[in-house]
Amino acid sequence: MNLNTIGREVPGSIEGIGTLRPFEGAFKRIPDGVMKAPKIPCVERGGDKILPSLKDALKEAGLRDGMTLSFHHHLRNGDYVVSMVLDLIAEMGFRDMTIAPTALFPVHKSIIRHIESGVVKAIQGSVNGPIGRLASNGGLEIPVLLRSHGGRARAIEAGDLSVDIAFIAAPSCDKYGNINGVGGSSSCGSLGYCMADAMYADKVIAITDNLVPYPLYPVSIPQIYVDYIVQVDQIGDPSGIVSGTLKITRDPLRLLIAEHAARVIEASGLLEEGFSFQTGAGGISLAVAGYVKDMMKDKKIKGSFGSGGITGFFVQMLEEGMFDALLDVQSFDMDAVRSLRENQGHVEMSASYYANPHNKGCAVNQLDAVILGATQVDTKFNVNVNTESDGVLLHGIGGHMDTAAGAKLTIITTPLLRGRLPMIVDDVITVTSPGETIDVVVTERGIAVNPMRHELAERMKASRLPVVPIEKLRDEAYRISGKPENPKFTDRIIGVVEYRDGTVIDVVRQVISVS
Amino acid sequence: MVRRLRRTALYIPGNDPSMILNSGIFGADSIVLDLEDAVSINEKDSSRILVRNALQNVDFGASEVVVRINALSTPFGKQDIEAIVCPRLDAIRLPKCEYADDIMELEKILDRVEEEKGLKKGSVSIMPLIESAMGSYNAVQIAKASRRNSAVNFGGEDYTADMGAQRTREGAELLDIRMRILLAARIAGIDALDTVFGNLNDEEGLLEETKLIKQLGFDGKSIIHPRQIRLIHDVFTPSEKEINKARRIIEAIEEAEKRKSGVVALDGRMIDAPVVAKARRVLAFAEAVGLV
Repeated sequence: MNLNTIGREVPGSIEGIGTLRPFEGAFKRIPDGVMKAPKIPCVERGGDKILPSLKDALKEAGLRDGMTLSFHHHLRNGDYVVSMVLDLIAEMGFRDMTIAPTALFPVHKSIIRHIESGVVKAIQGSVNGPIGRLASNGGLEIPVLLRSHGGRARAIEAGDLSVDIAFIAAPSCDKYGNINGVGGSSSCGSLGYCMADAMYADKVIAITDNLVPYPLYPVSIPQIYVDYIVQVDQIGDPSGIVSGTLKITRDPLRLLIAEHAARVIEASGLLEEGFSFQTGAGGISLAVAGYVKDMMKDKKIKGSFGSGGITGFFVQMLEEGMFDALLDVQSFDMDAVRSLRENQGHVEMSASYYANPHNKGCAVNQLDAVILGATQVDTKFNVNVNTESDGVLLHGIGGHMDTAAGAKLTIITTPLLRGRLPMIVDDVITVTSPGETIDVVVTERGIAVNPMRHELAERMKASRLPVVPIEKLRDEAYRISGKPENPKFTDRIIGVVEYRDGTVIDVVRQVISVS
Repeated sequence: MVRRLRRTALYIPGNDPSMILNSGIFGADSIVLDLEDAVSINEKDSSRILVRNALQNVDFGASEVVVRINALSTPFGKQDIEAIVCPRLDAIRLPKCEYADDIMELEKILDRVEEEKGLKKGSVSIMPLIESAMGSYNAVQIAKASRRNSAVNFGGEDYTADMGAQRTREGAELLDIRMRILLAARIAGIDALDTVFGNLNDEEGLLEETKLIKQLGFDGKSIIHPRQIRLIHDVFTPSEKEINKARRIIEAIEEAEKRKSGVVALDGRMIDAPVVAKARRVLAFAEAVGLV
């Protein structure tokens, strides 16, 4: 076991994953070597890419035991494709697959069956809900390898994650394999997360419930990457794909946190003409966006872009002329899908364009401010979004560590307590984003500024914001709730948290006695 | 001494532990832990215990801490007082006040309970809540009934029900009681507090009503949601222009006193006693919110 630079134990190698490179600082690793290239393909003139069934496509793609299969999560909790493919593979008698989903949702619970029967041997990608619980209880032989959205695109392009077959759930697809996500009954908007998969996998199978005449336009994933097309009745349940209009929280506590966060942005001096901004779709995030929008109106300034997962709230800001553009890697609601279809300023971006640290420039580097959440923050400003307070691996990384590293101002918003648990602690159970990339932590009982950002702290104080040392927030949380005992773990590693540059920032261990 | 502000009095249900725990962080001038209307009959006991314990353990920040007890005519009112009087309790809001006797009865109980608990006599103040025709009629007597009284306020819902009036957004039906409350407060030399504005989504309505009560002379308003705090504080906080003008008035008057000059003028206008009183009031407010 070696310690990485933030003091977390990282083994030299793990069977089934290989050699691990310890994290050495958020901006330290200089990559070498060349990017991976897929095999040179060749198709027959006049040949047909449409195959009669998924089974035929799997056979044509040369499915074998032990392959790496990739999936994307734009259909979110409405997705039928992951289960459809794995059920068929199980039926065909193949096993030992490594799956590389961009994220999994509760709808994918059926994977548990395939893990138990040996069809799925390993997961490289985020796990949550029941599958995370299974992993935390030691149900997978090979640890889960978690990557951020940018880190996953990097891993594919660098050849760290070599995909044999990529499955693209295609809301609209023409007969020659041009795909977009803005048409059809399963439309999901942006297809940003699966673009690297399409470009770098050895074989690409498009699965669609909306086969349209050639040529489809606009094109998100072009025909030049797609090997086979399979038509099915439905690729997803529309009610689980996009949410209805998301509402800004009315909880006074969360509104107070949001207001503080917005005032932090104002005090930072970044809220000027050309301001760029990213938030999630959670209640606090949307409320921050609401306050920032009002401030932009008051100051009569126009932003350059909003980015990330796009909600109707950002669409409205684009339509009101408050942003020049939206950079969209995943569309959260119907308004975002519609806007992506209709508005030239609403731009679809790939995960690599969004957040890969090892290309020639990703969008997060252009961000002024990002609002992020946390399941825990510690006094070193390290943030955990992966494990819950009971130690169970329940969440993926998303773009957390990417945007935290890229944005000029990274703000973590969190209530000081959730239920009876303190959110500001001595040491987070798992480090997802390192403290050096976190600038400000905003709670309802005070705002802590990273001591490395001295000038920022001065600006906050000058604006009469309630700035306190982060230790004071921790003490306040412990005073109310008491200091909780840490969950107990075995020595066995069940998860590896890869930093976006391919080094290992932390590992997750098997919990003892989880109900 | 810095004037105590009572721009906002935030009602918090006395049966909700998490709301009580967080009530101090929103910056309301007063927090009113409610044992009366917010609590159903079968929760009166448990809420009383919860509020009693909260007063001893929860950090309410800089807010004045008030408890609205049940009326003394109910079986709960006296038990409420016995339970909640403690060093952190600043005031009791007494509902359904109709006669000066109601206040005197409470005063007597407080005298005894404070002594039993070793507290300084008079440490808990009284805030009569007037919410009926009779209470409105007797407002002056009620406000003058005890030296413990610190603020008089009224409840618009119960009052309009008693009067057979309709509640409207514009509030013409409250004109009379507002004037009576103000009159009573000024005669007694205590604060006047306005009733709640119920529609949380109508920010414009809240703004208009707050401007109106400030114009009339009220010191603040009861509220039912932390979202209303910022707007009301903004209305009540004097602007930089107002503060500067008040400063210049006070400077001019001090200058005149030095010169022993009887008549004072500023920018060609005479400054007389009421102008000075208003200027002092503005500066006291500004000082209390930390602007000067």
